[in-house]
Amino acid sequence: MIIQAKNQAIEAHNLTVIYNKKPVLWNIDFTLPLGEITGIMGPNGAGKSTLIKAILGLVALDSGYARVFDKKLDEVRDKVAYIPQRQSIDWDFPATVRDVVTMGRFQSKGLFKRMGNEDRRIIDEALSQVGMSSYAGRQISQLSGGQQQRVFLARALAQQAELYLLDEPFAGVDASTEQSIMDLLVRMKRAGKTVVVVHHDLQTARHYFDWLVLLNTSLVASGPSEQVFTDELLRSTYSGKLTVLSRVGDQLRDRNFPVRENGK
Amino acid sequence: MSFQVNDWWILLTTCAVSLCCVIPGTFLVLRRMAMYGDAISHAVLPGLVAAYLISGTKAGPGLLAGAASSGLLVTILIEFLQKKVKVQHDAAIGLVYTFLFAVGVIMVSQFAGMADIDQDCVLFGEIAFVPFDLIAGIPRQLLISTGLLLLLLLALWAGYRGLYLSTFDPGFAAAIGIQVIAWHYLLMAMVSLSTVIAFESVGAVLVIAFLVGPPATAALFSKRLPGMFLLGSLFAIVSSVAGYFLAMALDANVGGCVSLVIGVVFGISVLIRKYLFRE
Ligand SMILES: Nc1ncnc2c1ncn2[C@@H]1O[C@H](COP(=O)(O)OP(=O)(O)OP(=O)(O)O)[C@@H](O)[C@H]1O
Ligand SMILES: [Mg+2]
Repeated sequence: MIIQAKNQAIEAHNLTVIYNKKPVLWNIDFTLPLGEITGIMGPNGAGKSTLIKAILGLVALDSGYARVFDKKLDEVRDKVAYIPQRQSIDWDFPATVRDVVTMGRFQSKGLFKRMGNEDRRIIDEALSQVGMSSYAGRQISQLSGGQQQRVFLARALAQQAELYLLDEPFAGVDASTEQSIMDLLVRMKRAGKTVVVVHHDLQTARHYFDWLVLLNTSLVASGPSEQVFTDELLRSTYSGKLTVLSRVGDQLRDRNFPVRENGK
Repeated sequence: MSFQVNDWWILLTTCAVSLCCVIPGTFLVLRRMAMYGDAISHAVLPGLVAAYLISGTKAGPGLLAGAASSGLLVTILIEFLQKKVKVQHDAAIGLVYTFLFAVGVIMVSQFAGMADIDQDCVLFGEIAFVPFDLIAGIPRQLLISTGLLLLLLLALWAGYRGLYLSTFDPGFAAAIGIQVIAWHYLLMAMVSLSTVIAFESVGAVLVIAFLVGPPATAALFSKRLPGMFLLGSLFAIVSSVAGYFLAMALDANVGGCVSLVIGVVFGISVLIRKYLFRE
């Protein structure tokens, strides 16, 4: 089931990525809504991270193209913030929390520009929004997983972007941190930002996201969560992984989802 | 044994060479690419010999250009083997540099009569000869290595954020439009240049100690990148001085002694870090 968004933040057409003759993304064609929170879900190796990278132009496409805000990505790069999977970087790097958040103010044109007062104010604000102000001077190797994730989030906030692409921001994060990150994403959405989140937990997916993309190399579904989050579509996304699905099946049978208040 | 002008020349040259190595070496360590340093330090040999043969002198920009281009050749060949031929990363490095080094060694033995180089000098270098090759009363090696140090500092200053970001988080860097590959090649060029300089003084086998030792030691104690550069430089100078005096005392090869001290400083630092700096 593929439903097109009315106001589109991202559109992808026939995206195909092949690694070593094996397709990782196959003919992906979808649109994601502006100003909403979208979840991208699928089993390990489904190509979720690759999809985000393909949208950002970080991997070579074997066919197709993606547009952001109805423009080529290169024209809107400064409106896009990317949070890579936390494991993708070396946290032993000699940098403080503040150093990392400062990177959010770097721009590819103007790598020599000095940080001004305005930049510093934005960095301070980003740190305080994720509750990391008191850790600003700490080396990043001495953070917990949840704190690392919040530092990444602060760096993205410091970019002051319109579109945020987050690759598994909840991986290895405790429940209360997850909640505070989610609250922040909802606040960003209220401020008109578009947020796209790669997510693994089926239990929470339906409450978190307005829009859902189900992926398993090819696109299984894309549309409003309440229409996409069905037993049948989930089953074809996670083919065979019955342990996961039976729990979700219970959840679906209950049909006792809390009503989402998302200000639509 | 008195300390004379010649000793000063050798000591200063050793320090300059080791400082040159700290700049690219720090990024190599942070990128976990130390093997690239080893690869390039061996693979510059054919470029060096070719430059000797063509220009007939050991001085001048021809030499640097020859070395830099063979450094880039290694980088390109490794990438090619890895991405196009799908050879495993470490295997690609191993194949490329041993091949190029072998070519260099054969060139040396074939043309040794024509250029003023021999195999011992290639493998182990000889910084003790520094004072015998003067330009306007100052050793050529010292002039070149100081010049290169200034050049590397300039590159570091101008390219700091690009090198920093593409080392720390290449995915994020690329997402904001930074040309990660271009910075990779710049770094490899920096490695090649400092390698050439170190090569003549300490030889191919020990260059890697100069590139990786002081930065790896500094990494044990550094909270931020600028601190790592300063500390790495300090370790480089301390090791150079101590190594030099050790060489004088033992009447041994200077490069070897400095490398030995670099290793000892690293070992002591690991222990200090382990037992004194425990948080
Ligand atoms: N650089 C690469 N070279 C070769 N294969 C790759 C590369 N990156 C990813 N792959 C393969 O592509 C597939 C999709 O990877 P991707 O990281 O996009 O999955 P994912 O859905 O994000 O998985 P996870 O849930 O584990 O993060 C996997 O089978 C992976 O092995
Ligand atoms: Mg992933």
